[in-house]
Order: sequence, then structure tokens, then C-alpha cells
Amino acid sequence: MSAELAEPASKIELPAHIGGGGEIPTFDVTLRVRRYNPEVSEDATWDDFKVTMYGTDRVLDALHKVKWEIDGSVSFRRSCAHGVCGSDAMRINGRNRLACKTLLKDLDTTKPITVEPIKGLPVEKDLIVDMEPFFQSFREVMPFLINKGHEPTKERLQSAEDRERFDDTTKCILCAACTSSCPVFWTDGQYFGPAAIVNAHRFIFDSRDDAGDMRLEILNDKEGVWRCRTTFNCSEACPRGIQVTQAIAEVKQAILSRKI
Amino acid sequence: MTATQIQSPRSGKISPQYRRSGASRGNFEMAAWLFMRLSGVVLVVLIFGHLFVNLLVGEGIHAIDFGFVAGKWADPFWQFWDLAMLWLAMLHGTNGVRTIINDYAEKDSSRFWLKAVLYAATAVIIILGTLVIFTFNPCPLDVNGIPLPGGFCPAA
Repeated sequence: MSAELAEPASKIELPAHIGGGGEIPTFDVTLRVRRYNPEVSEDATWDDFKVTMYGTDRVLDALHKVKWEIDGSVSFRRSCAHGVCGSDAMRINGRNRLACKTLLKDLDTTKPITVEPIKGLPVEKDLIVDMEPFFQSFREVMPFLINKGHEPTKERLQSAEDRERFDDTTKCILCAACTSSCPVFWTDGQYFGPAAIVNAHRFIFDSRDDAGDMRLEILNDKEGVWRCRTTFNCSEACPRGIQVTQAIAEVKQAILSRKI
Repeated sequence: MTATQIQSPRSGKISPQYRRSGASRGNFEMAAWLFMRLSGVVLVVLIFGHLFVNLLVGEGIHAIDFGFVAGKWADPFWQFWDLAMLWLAMLHGTNGVRTIINDYAEKDSSRFWLKAVLYAATAVIIILGTLVIFTFNPCPLDVNGIPLPGGFCPAA
């Protein structure tokens, strides 16, 4: 048997008239990175790195190039590098974004691109922050299904309408872009923060969950939903496009209608 | 072998621990939030009604003098209107400033003293204003029963 193996699609030579395959334009960008190393100095400084990048590159690619080719001591978190894990939230040109979802060509490359750690959480080194306060308030809202009924032998069924009710808040990847963009969280770090409220919303409005009242009681705290000033920073920062401020408002209304 | 102990780096200012107390403190914050919304709506009506009556109706701004105010406060309707405006505006404003102090004061002691000053000022203004509205007398008499000079009172 010598049947000819089909060539994989990616290896097929495309004729020139189909287009594509042309050289991707390159450009020079200056990456201005906030550096902090507590073992050297208590003060953070700015470091400029000039790199040549392609039009298809993201800020994360530029950071990789800096770390792999220029200065290996630049520290940042990233795991999947494709906008799913939520590890590489940082403040790029003053706005919270995922470095892996921000294309360099969408930024103003004539000026230096500033890259800072997200605000409001303790910086450990360079762009790495201590996420523990963030996860602590996340854990406090009990982000897991609590069902008092008998455990079904199959899956827990839910109508499409009931599922739709909290669909938006299931998209959270816990990157902390929202919480660290919130001016109320910046003040003293005691506010629960948008992310914790979003994840509470995901279970409060889940028809299969029985602990909505408990979660509402937790968020009725002095540091709970009432500290939200509806500045919409969180909705703007969310890399998944969750309407965070709306979710917080819905939780506020749920608490109000339960009490009155 | 002695391993060098390197402490886990932390950027001093914010402790990674939440200082939030576990116990919920009633519904005060919810009530305050609700009050801001409701009083805001009522204040829009009260304030624009106040501006309209004082500045636009009749001779408008030229009609305002001591007699005009005295005339309004002789009417229980305007007494109640101004009283509601005083209380709602003061409590609305005080709650707003309380929120700002809570957000921006960094030390517990400065938060305490700022709020003490705020509440004292609020109490003084509300009590004084309420007294003025209810005890206002356009023709005050001296101890001998003669109207005090000043020429405010039309009967003098």
C-alpha cells in the first residue's frame, strides 16, 4: 500500500494571486516598564526598552522579547497567553488590560507604552502583585454551588432562560482587572471589589443555588455593594466584556427587595 | 548548611490581610444608600420649586426682601417646604461627605475627627435652621411690649 498522504492544509503552497503570506510590517516601540525590586530598593523606577515588533504582536510579545532577549530580570505573570487564564492583567497606558489581548498596533506606538502592575494590590516584584487580598474576598462570597436538596443521580437541569439570567457573570476569569481599577478599592483595599460581587452574582441568580440569601447578607456589609460608586471603571476594564457595574446594581436591588 | 532566609517581599503600605470584621453591621449602609436616592429625587422638586417661586414668579428676584421671606414663613405650607428642604439637603450633603471621608481618610483617628466635625456642623445647622423656621417672628417686641426698631414690621 502506498497511498499518497494528503499534505496538511498549512503546508499547501498558495498561489500568489490568492494573497496573504506577505511580510508583516514591523515597527519600533518603546516599552516603559515599572520596575520594583524590594531586595534592591524600596522605590519603583521606570525602565525603557526599545524593541522591534510585528504588526501582529501583542504587549505580551513585547514583554517576552524584553525578558528573553534584553533583560531577564523583568518579572511578570502569564500562563496561557491567550486571554483565558487571567494571569497577565496589567496597567497598560494607564488602563487595566490583559497584556495577551492588547495588540501593539492598537496603541499609540509613537509614544512609549507604559506598563505597570495593577493598582491597589501589594506589588511583589515589577509587574507581579500579591493577589491574596483579591482571592480572600472572592472566597468570602462562597463561589461554589450550595444546594440543600437531594443530590440528583444525573446532572442538575436548568431551563435556558434560567441559565441566561446569570450568563454574563459566568465569563469572569479572575484576572483582577476590575477590582484593581476600582477607585474605592484603591482607597483602603477593604471593599469586596467588583470581581467578588460578580462571582456572587453568578450564584445568587442561579436557580439551582440555595444560598443566595447568605451571599446577599455577606454583601450587605459595610464594605459590600453599598461602597460601589458606579464609576463604571470595572465595566470598562473587564477583558471579557462583563457588564460589571450592572451586575453590582442587580445585587443591590436583590438586597433591597429582600429587606423591604 | 545555613540557608539565607529571604522574607517574602511585600510592598509595605497595604497589608495583604483583610481587616474587615466578619459580623455584618445591620442595614445602615443600605438605608444610607436608599436615602441618597430618595432624598435626591425629592430635593430636585423642592429646590427647583424654591428657585421658581423666589426668582421667577411675579416680580422675580426684585421681590425678595425681608418682607417677602416673612410672608412666606407666615404660611405653614412654605414653613414645611423650607423645613423639608433644610433637613433633606443637610442630611443628603452630610451623608455624601461622610462617604468621601470614609473613602479617603487614611487613618482611623483622622476619619473619626473629620466625621465628628462634620456631624457637629450638621447638627448645629439643622437645629438652628429648624428653630428659625418655627420661631420666626417678623415683629419682635422688647420687654415693654414695644416693637424693636428696624422698621421690618408693617404694623410698626
